[in-house]
Parts: sequence; C-alpha cells; structure tokens
Amino acid sequence: MKSFIEYIVSIFKGVWTLLVGMKVTAKYFFTPWNHVTQQYPENRDKLVMFERFRGEVIMPHTDNNEHLCTGCGICEINCPNGSIEIISKSIVTPEGKKKRIIDQHIYHLGMCTLCNLCVKACPTGAIVMGQKFEHAVWDRSLLTKVLNQPGSKIAEGVKE
Amino acid sequence: MSEIREVIINNDRLATDEYLVNMGPQHPSTHGVLRLLVRLEGEKVLNIQPHSGYIHSGIEKMCEAITYPQIIHLTDRMDYLSAHMNNEAVALCVEKALQVEVPDRVKYIRTIMDELARLASHQLWWCVFGMDLGALTTFFYGLRDRELILDIFEETCGARMTVSYNTPGGLMFDIHPNFQKRVKDFIKYFRTKLPEYDKLLSGNVILRERTEGIGHLSLNDAIAFGVTGPSGRASGFSCDVRKNQPYSAYPFVKFNEILDFRCDTLARYEVRIKEMYESLNIIEQLIDNIPEGDYAVKMKGVLKLPEGEFYQRVESARGEFGVFIISDGKKNPYRVKFRSPGFSNLFALNKMTKGHKIADLVAIMSTLDLIIPDIDR
Repeated sequence: MKSFIEYIVSIFKGVWTLLVGMKVTAKYFFTPWNHVTQQYPENRDKLVMFERFRGEVIMPHTDNNEHLCTGCGICEINCPNGSIEIISKSIVTPEGKKKRIIDQHIYHLGMCTLCNLCVKACPTGAIVMGQKFEHAVWDRSLLTKVLNQPGSKIAEGVKE
Repeated sequence: MSEIREVIINNDRLATDEYLVNMGPQHPSTHGVLRLLVRLEGEKVLNIQPHSGYIHSGIEKMCEAITYPQIIHLTDRMDYLSAHMNNEAVALCVEKALQVEVPDRVKYIRTIMDELARLASHQLWWCVFGMDLGALTTFFYGLRDRELILDIFEETCGARMTVSYNTPGGLMFDIHPNFQKRVKDFIKYFRTKLPEYDKLLSGNVILRERTEGIGHLSLNDAIAFGVTGPSGRASGFSCDVRKNQPYSAYPFVKFNEILDFRCDTLARYEVRIKEMYESLNIIEQLIDNIPEGDYAVKMKGVLKLPEGEFYQRVESARGEFGVFIISDGKKNPYRVKFRSPGFSNLFALNKMTKGHKIADLVAIMSTLDLIIPDIDR
C-alpha cells in the first residue's frame, strides 16, 4: 500500500515539474517581442559588423590610387597556409636607382583562415581586415584576388 | 565486413540474437563524424567499439612545418568550443620554454576569456544535451544566451569561434573599450537566466528518470581511463588543473572545485551546471580589477625555442588539455603532441554503457561532451 501511495505521489510530482518548465516557456510564448532574432537577409542595409571583425584581407587605397605596400613579403612569410603570394618587379627610379616594387599582391581567400598574422606582421600597415563576410561565389577562381588595384602606386613617404 | 571479420578473428562469435549496429558516422547524436560499433542484444548494449579518424586533419604533423605563432590558428580548429584554452596552452608552453613572463594584464584577460569560453561551451552542451533527450526548447534557450558571449568575443577578438586571440607573448589585441561593460551586462543577465535552466530541464521528471543511476563510472575507472574535466569530477576525481596547477590569473581568484560522488549521468549534468555559476564568480572577481599595462610582450620576429621538451596543461571546457613540444632549436617544432580530453573520455564510454539500453547510450555520450575534431585532431 505504501509503495502504491508513493507511486501516485511521484506521478503528481512529475507532472508538477513539467508544469514548472512549461511556465518558463509560456512566459516567452506570450511575450515574444523581447526575444525575436535578427531578420538577417532583410536587415542587410542596417547590419553593422564589429570594427575588429575579420572577414577578409583588404588593401586600402587613397583617392589618388595609392597604397602603403612596399612588397617586402613579410605577410607572405607569416601566412601559415600560403594564402598570400607577392609578385614584385624591378623598376628604375628617375634618379637612376634600381628598385623592387610590388607588381601583384595575390590573396587566396579560399585558403585563408583569417588568423590575422599577416595584418599584425605588416610593417607599414598596408593590409587590414575587411568586414565583408558574404563570400559565396559560383566559381572558385573568383576567390583569388589581387589586392593592389591596377595602376596603383606606393604612397609618398612610406619607409622601406 | 571488416567488423564482422574482427569479431570472428577474436574468436568471439555473435550469438543468435546478438547483432552489430553502426551508430554513426552520420548519426545526429554523435555530434560529428564519430562511428560507434555497437554490439546489441535486443535493445541492450553489450559492447561499444569507437572508430575515430573520420575528421582526422593531421594537425600535429602540420605543426612540424610551421612556426610557433602559426600553431595558434590550428589549435582553434581542434576543440572549437574551447579555442581560447587551446590557444592559451600553446602560448603558455612557448612562454615557458622562452622563460618569458607576461604582464598581469595579459593573465587577467586570458582568465576572463577562458571562463567566458567555458560558459559558452557549457551553454552549448546544455542545449545539445536537452536536444539529445528530446527537449528541443533547450536548444534555443541555450543558444540565445551563448550569442551574447560570442558577441563579446567578436568585438574584442575579431571572430566568434576561431578566435586566435592568445599569441606567444601576450594577446593579439588589447581589450575593446566596451569589453568590461558588456561582460558585466552579460553576468547580470545570465544570473537571471541560469535558474531558468534549472526550472526548464534540471528538475524535469523525464530528465531525472533518464539520467539517475545511468552510466555509472567509478572513481577508479575514471582515473584508469584518464577521464578529466566535469566528467571526471562527477566521479569524485579531483582533476581541476586550475586548482592543482594554477596558471594565468587562477592563483589570484577564489573558487570551488565542483566535485560529485554519485558518478552517474545526472552527476555529470549537475557538475556542469554548477561550474557555470563558478565561472560567473571567477569573472566577477577579475573583471573590475584588470591591471593597466601592456597587452603583449615584445617578442622576436622569429621565435626559436631552446632544445628540449616542454609540456603545459590547461583546463579546457572538457578536461585536461596538454601541449607537448619537442624542440631541436629551430624555428619549427620537431614534434608537437596534443593531449586532448575528448579522446580519453570517449574510451570510457564502453565501461559506462555496458548493460544499459541504446537510448541511454545517447544520454551518456552526451554528458561526456565529445567534440569530434578534438578526438581526431
């Protein structure tokens, strides 16, 4: 008889624990306006990422199409998985000196793990992390990018 | 086929009503690509043979070809839920080898980040544990709160999960000006939400019935299998590295090591819930007292460790995580070995599940909190 009473009591206790849990869910069910998630594709215009968010490596250019990259290749050495290739060319300056400058700063976004080591190592601060995160493309070759714009040149006064 | 051959080679023929079932590698409750070869008699589990290696990425071998600061980004991807701790282990090991003392500011920030990562990991574990037992609601509630921690990470570290924040010699960036305010807001918010977790799931009769007395792992077995972390502490194994071998700012804070002697699935569940409260306590002690100073020590361009062997262990969200580096004096390590908690914990599963039903296997495996890339590396 005792065990039978315990059995009945356990049923009521069990149902009570379920009701306690359902009280929590009911609270959220009737106050949904505080708890809705971001409507992502619709809020694209207003969506602001955090300033340190690492989306891709970019090379900022000034209005005169100038950048800060000297083509030293330190980012290439620091990259753990070979996402960066520096192709440099040698030119003759007006003073008659031979000088190596950057030809193409090739960046393979498909291989990049966004570890920030290249940005941290860059001595002139030529490359930074961009906030763009929607990188899906139809063709894999589009993920290989040339970071310095065509016709761009190094800004005046960058110490080499 | 090969499994059947194994059974025959071991001269261990299947009885008439026994059969072998592959659980995984695509089974949702294995949380990744883990295959368990389960020997069943009806619904009763007789034996479990874990087969890992489906997501083996050769991280230890890759480490031999890259420099020490570059190892950091690989350790993020092993146990992605405790990326901060994994990074810290490598950073501490390299600092120990180079005999570099980092500023107190770095130690404090590292500890706060560790505890936030532990909270995020335990929150995700809580949601997934509920989901494995059939309570889908917990999944949304846990992820809702975890999002706030990931926002803190995103603002300060620049990424949500693969943070790469600890580097040998300090941190990647200084903390963001909003960091302290955000963490304090989060603690205040989460202190109101944690009791909700208890109401929703901990007291629930279905959870109690399915976990109480299930999956018994005795203290001796826990030590023999090397089960660490919350799973080991639920068997009464005092294995908290934060307490036994304090690193970073853990010597400066007061906290309790959560121990439970009931050894069952419910004990492992409650240890993790209580650890969330402890993590909040640790963060509260540190967040207002972050000392001023540099966020990193100036290191050489190319780090070369002296010849020798170096080991450093930290407490990750799943247990003891160790990094063993053998250096031959060059800029690349000669050999790197990671001691991952998931691997040791997984192989205690057979002992714990024997004789239980297959539905209990799901619950027991879930309380071990396995992360498959952590096991396979």
